[in-house]
Amino acid sequence: MPRKLMKGNHAAVYGAILAGCKAYYGYPITPASEIAEAASLLFPKFGRTFLQAESEVAAINMVYGAAGCGQRVLTGSSGPGISLKMEGISYCAGSALPCVIVDIMRGGPGLGNIGPEQGDYNQVLKGGGHGNYKVIVLAPNSAQEMCDLTMLAFELADKYRNPVFVLTDGVIGQMMEAVELPQPVTELPDKSEWAVYGTADSRHLINSIYLDHDDLEKWNRELMKKYAVIQKNEVRVEEYRMDDAEIVTIGYGSSSRVLRSAIAIARERGIKLGMLRPITLFPFPVDEIASLADRGLKGILTVEMSDGQLVDDVNLALGGKMISDLHNRMGGNVPSALEIVENVSELYGV
Amino acid sequence: MIMAQKTVLRKPLGFIDVYKHKPGAEKDRTHYCPGCGHGILHKLIAEALEDFDIVDRTIVISPVGCSVFAYYYFHTGNLQVPHGRAPAVATSVSRANPDSIVISYQGDGDLAAIGGNNILQAANRGENMVVFFVNNAIYGMTGGQMAPTTLEGQKTTTTPYGRNVKTDGYPIQVCEIINQLTAPVYVVRTSLHDMPNIRKTRAAVRKAIQNTRDKKGFSFVEVLSMCPSGWKMDSVPAQKWIEENMIPRFPLDTFRDISEDTSAIERPVPVMDPEEVKRILEYTALSDSNLEKNPDAAFDRVAVRIAGFGGQGIMSTGIALANVGMEYGYNVSWLPSYGPEMRGGTANCSVKIQADTIGASECTEPNMVIAMNQPSLEKFEKILVPGGALIYNTTLIDIEPSRTDLKVYPIPITGIADELGDTRVQSMVNVGAFAAVTGMFDPGEIENLMPSLFKGKSGEVMKLNEKAVRKGYEYVKENFS
Repeated sequence: MPRKLMKGNHAAVYGAILAGCKAYYGYPITPASEIAEAASLLFPKFGRTFLQAESEVAAINMVYGAAGCGQRVLTGSSGPGISLKMEGISYCAGSALPCVIVDIMRGGPGLGNIGPEQGDYNQVLKGGGHGNYKVIVLAPNSAQEMCDLTMLAFELADKYRNPVFVLTDGVIGQMMEAVELPQPVTELPDKSEWAVYGTADSRHLINSIYLDHDDLEKWNRELMKKYAVIQKNEVRVEEYRMDDAEIVTIGYGSSSRVLRSAIAIARERGIKLGMLRPITLFPFPVDEIASLADRGLKGILTVEMSDGQLVDDVNLALGGKMISDLHNRMGGNVPSALEIVENVSELYGV
Repeated sequence: MIMAQKTVLRKPLGFIDVYKHKPGAEKDRTHYCPGCGHGILHKLIAEALEDFDIVDRTIVISPVGCSVFAYYYFHTGNLQVPHGRAPAVATSVSRANPDSIVISYQGDGDLAAIGGNNILQAANRGENMVVFFVNNAIYGMTGGQMAPTTLEGQKTTTTPYGRNVKTDGYPIQVCEIINQLTAPVYVVRTSLHDMPNIRKTRAAVRKAIQNTRDKKGFSFVEVLSMCPSGWKMDSVPAQKWIEENMIPRFPLDTFRDISEDTSAIERPVPVMDPEEVKRILEYTALSDSNLEKNPDAAFDRVAVRIAGFGGQGIMSTGIALANVGMEYGYNVSWLPSYGPEMRGGTANCSVKIQADTIGASECTEPNMVIAMNQPSLEKFEKILVPGGALIYNTTLIDIEPSRTDLKVYPIPITGIADELGDTRVQSMVNVGAFAAVTGMFDPGEIENLMPSLFKGKSGEVMKLNEKAVRKGYEYVKENFS
């Protein structure tokens, strides 16, 4: 298959180009800057818009404008920048505007450092911006998925008229892998019912104001319904060595890559370790994780590069039938396969 | 006494006939207070849009502030946006619809306080838009707080003792600031306090809208406007207050008008055709080779850590190895150390080349280390698996490895490159040495790959790097077989 060696950050830009994304608005930040750099190189070749915004805040508002005009539009950043974008993301969600935001997570809180981390999980998944809304969150763990899931992100954004995050960490963004470039999309969805094109037929209103309390509650309930449909239809997971697994690990992004290595080591030692990898974080694989409790497992171990943010959702899904243990690293440290296997041995006596 | 019957002959077509978005029963009048300037400015804009026959093509950006509901009135495309961000939104709206007339309508808090940077940057980019900046020296919508344009000594709900310039700063003269930038084509300040000035405002509104229609770039119209409610005055004293207090601080002037001498902005048409997209992305040049793997190779999988000083070709060695591995149909990954280290000092990267799916991309337990300098040897020798291969650069390292359970390959890597006349080719000396040590790559095939590895480089550069691969390969074959 035709392929090209590229960084995960670059692969996201290729995915955007292939998905028919017409504009990139962003602000530089390590370790996400290659997204803006690649976009600045590629988008002009297609007569598409690249603009380095004056701030993260401006960038997300430019995304709001482009999305309101029916364009597929991308921005990328990392933790501190995502914090700044949150108001705009709430507006996008409130105005039902499809857009794609890539978050290459780094160490936090505050300025933290530029090492890989997964500490933006709660910020991205649990709001971050104000008000009642959710965003769809896809969690790639390879350069290939950075391309593929960015394409999917645009599809889901348009399907549900909702912002979609591609959420990963510095390792996946900075790592180079061979990427098979998919075929470009041939047809873009029709948005003429709501988008503003500066024509007589498109004198629509993009807006999130509902002054009347009942009107706003009605809109909130419509959004809730939409999120329920997304929860029902869009869960994606990868199961790895789950058939005979006695201990199941759960992780996404870089941690899931390390888990693959950990499972190889564990299996050599006769430990039947498997992995359930959420590819979508919202919708969260609630049913898939809940059903783990009925498998008679020796244990469930959530591995994350954050302070227990993922394990909270895992335990919520398990509903008290089992409790997942936590193996986590932070501060820019990635867990090693060996330390995970050793922890598994200690926790479960295997 | 006969009550005057209100008669509206006809609204300008720039307005929606019935304000359907406006809640409540009064769908024929605005939400603005009596004596407020917004209604006058709205009407001047709506009339101009009709007169120029561009209502259809216009998009109005409603800010946060009293004009948050501008979208109730204009029969155009409408976007309501976050506080201060109208110029940012107008930017992408204008880029998305280059033939549209984009109007950013903002008040003084929105434009000059929270959105101060956004307006400057949109002006500086010369975006094709018109900004109507309503300066009434107060926050109207939120109930009369201090604005960036509030006058010295002026009492507001947040300057109950009057604006104190020692603590609150001075009123900001926005036109004067915008006029410092190179890109804007039209910068003007007018007022709405009496008929002659309304007429001047009308002319400025029309000029600015024409500029946008003609794609001349950034036009900025600041309008001094009454806020009787915020100022706690009747309408007529409010008009007088502008004349007596605001105009001395905010002089009415055409600060700049270079639209006649400015050519129209042209925006490219996006390429969306899938075949054209593939052509531009050079799909035909993508790697599609699947070189035959050597069944007798000493290594069937490699996890290599490459380390040295910044500038020693550490990253490029890794990328070249990953590229060649990919051409052999292996799964490959390359991960740089991308911490502050990359700013000088040491650099290292991890490369994995294997047939099965790659897990962790960082080589925490590598089976090969290529150490280009002494600190790297000391650091990474320790993490090699027993029996792993240690290639090290004897040109710069004069110590022996401390471990005895490794296969060691002392090679004068920098020296070989220097002999070839260019230190930079040490990356490809490494690649040659790697091919010989692992048996995974054939040096002849690497030579065939030169055009893709050194895309855009001269034939001479490729030749030199071919030699480097050979030299690295032969050095290993001659000294360690």
